Amino acid sequence: MSAVAVDGVWKFYGDFPALRDVRMEAAAGSCLALIGRNGAGKTTLLRIIAGFSRPGRGQVRIFGNQPRETETRRQIGFIGHGISVYDELSALENLTLFGRLYGLGDPRRSALEWLERTGLERVRNGLVREFSRGMRQRLAVARAFLHEPSVLLLDEPFTALDDRAIAVLQTLLRQALAEGKTVILSTHQLREALELATHVALLNRGQTAFCGPTTPEMVADPGLIYARYGEG
Amino acid sequence: MGFFRQVLTIAAKDLRAELRTKEAINASLAFALVILVLFSFAFDPTEDTTREISGGLLWIVYAFAGALLLNRSFARELPNDCLDALIAAPISGAALYLGKAVANFLLVFAVELISLPVFGIFYNVRWTSQFGELMLVLALGTWAMTVIGTIFSALTVNIRLREVMLPMLTYPILVPALLGAMQLTTALVAGRPIGPDTVAWLKMLIGFDVVYTAVSLVLVETVLVG
Amino acid sequence: MREKILYILGIAALLILAWNINAIARLPEETQQGVTFKIIFFHVPMWAAAVTAACAALLASVGFLVTKNFRFDAAAVAVTEVGLAFTTVGLVTGSIWGREIWGIWWTWDARLTSALVCWLLYAGYLMLRKAIEEPTQRATFAAVFSIFAFLDVPIVVFSIKWWRTQHPAPVFWAGGSFPPDWTMHFLWNMAAMLLLGIVMVAVRLRQEEAQREIDSLRRMAHAL
Repeated sequence: MSAVAVDGVWKFYGDFPALRDVRMEAAAGSCLALIGRNGAGKTTLLRIIAGFSRPGRGQVRIFGNQPRETETRRQIGFIGHGISVYDELSALENLTLFGRLYGLGDPRRSALEWLERTGLERVRNGLVREFSRGMRQRLAVARAFLHEPSVLLLDEPFTALDDRAIAVLQTLLRQALAEGKTVILSTHQLREALELATHVALLNRGQTAFCGPTTPEMVADPGLIYARYGEG
Repeated sequence: MGFFRQVLTIAAKDLRAELRTKEAINASLAFALVILVLFSFAFDPTEDTTREISGGLLWIVYAFAGALLLNRSFARELPNDCLDALIAAPISGAALYLGKAVANFLLVFAVELISLPVFGIFYNVRWTSQFGELMLVLALGTWAMTVIGTIFSALTVNIRLREVMLPMLTYPILVPALLGAMQLTTALVAGRPIGPDTVAWLKMLIGFDVVYTAVSLVLVETVLVG
Repeated sequence: MREKILYILGIAALLILAWNINAIARLPEETQQGVTFKIIFFHVPMWAAAVTAACAALLASVGFLVTKNFRFDAAAVAVTEVGLAFTTVGLVTGSIWGREIWGIWWTWDARLTSALVCWLLYAGYLMLRKAIEEPTQRATFAAVFSIFAFLDVPIVVFSIKWWRTQHPAPVFWAGGSFPPDWTMHFLWNMAAMLLLGIVMVAVRLRQEEAQREIDSLRRMAHAL
């Protein structure tokens, strides 16, 4: 059973199909880079996999279960466009809150551990609204990894990250993959993504134009995929 | 984690965030004060007139000041896309809703409790004679406002003209609850305990609260995830 | 074919109304209130149509939430709009009646007040729809609000009636006797109103479905 299975997913906005019969799979321990132009449907697809919206047709299965099931939600870590932490709370308060919501045994200890792993140990009592951008993003990463999810879903995670945050994220992703976790990330930055990705899927106007393992030629010339399978 | 623990975690989070900045609660208190002042120009606040309309006046103040707080309820989750994180977390939509409702209730109730003595002083009205029953009516009426206001806050969080839509949708639904609360409050402030002619209002208020709490708990997941 | 049926029904409704109005005009005037009493022939059927619309809106809303079929959503908005139109006419005719009998345009009597609150509820529904652009979200949220509104209607009617029992205000009509041979005209008017309502709903339904098609075509054009 694959970790994430997208099976014939359609998504409609009114009568307009934003996603059309999308099929792809990600095996446990693999890293799938989801690429495509703006408006191709990457964010829509990721949000459906994460359980934020329901497909019009077809289904998504995570370890064989529905994304919205309570146990499955525990297995998913999501980073979207926003950092999803509260400005008015401190870094530690934020992580402890999410630790509690995810039912961790010792939320405070897990929070402190992840603050250290993302280099935010010293500012743990600082309010998020006082943080620099890079610090906010590292906190977002900590929040997503906090409950040790088996499936990580990242929507354009490298966009607008500073160098330190990129380094932290790449380290954590490599560790996660080494531990057998599954990563799906959508991206415009092919180079950074292809360093990590074991598989690539190209979305074009809501349809899967390509889905397969990364090849050395892709890594050497990322534009190749677009040239061969994309349009324009 | 048990349902009620989830509710408490969410409620605690909302309260902590609000009390740290105090933006909404200060605005709400200031608004209540301003309305109380404005109403003193609307009519001559002799003791008799005030006693007749005390319930109406108080609940108009509460409804408008409360709307400020209720609007923030789900709107506070929008910056940084925090709502996504809450929906993704393994808590039920009902727990999220109830947690927010509890936090809202406490905040609005606090504003109401502070407004009461101010009202008493400005309008020269003694309101403490039926204190226990008055608190009960305040609680029931506030819960009605909270229940409807919180779910509609979820409904309107992402739409255009949210600040206008929320009161427009909430007040008509609340008409029976506000009416009942006003009738009961007028009687209680005037010193008459709840009796055979007013107990029907109390029952209606309780019924309203029960029905709409149940309906909201059932429908909130649809509103949040669709 | 469907259009032809609609036309026929519409004309039938109008003919019945015209014939009925003629007959009603010839009926002897009621002793106490004069010719304006005859407003009851139109007023009450309009309320009946509005109440039917509210029930239909509830069924359509629940239907959408359960099946996610947009036909139900189109039905919900069509029925609510027509119901709102009937309620508006009802309120206006009620007000005119009051002006004739009592010399005042409005009073907070139980029926008028309840009707006004219900009017606000359903106007709110339409305003909510206007504020949401994305069709699925619009249909879902509107359906949820419709359920809340429908549950409120009986509570509103009861509580305002109770309020008015405690604090009476001028009542706009106390009844007056209703001779049996008038009942037939009354029922004909009821039938005509309902028929008219159905025709309007059907027209609105078609318009709504056409609009949805246009919207989705527009989205597709933008995507290309």
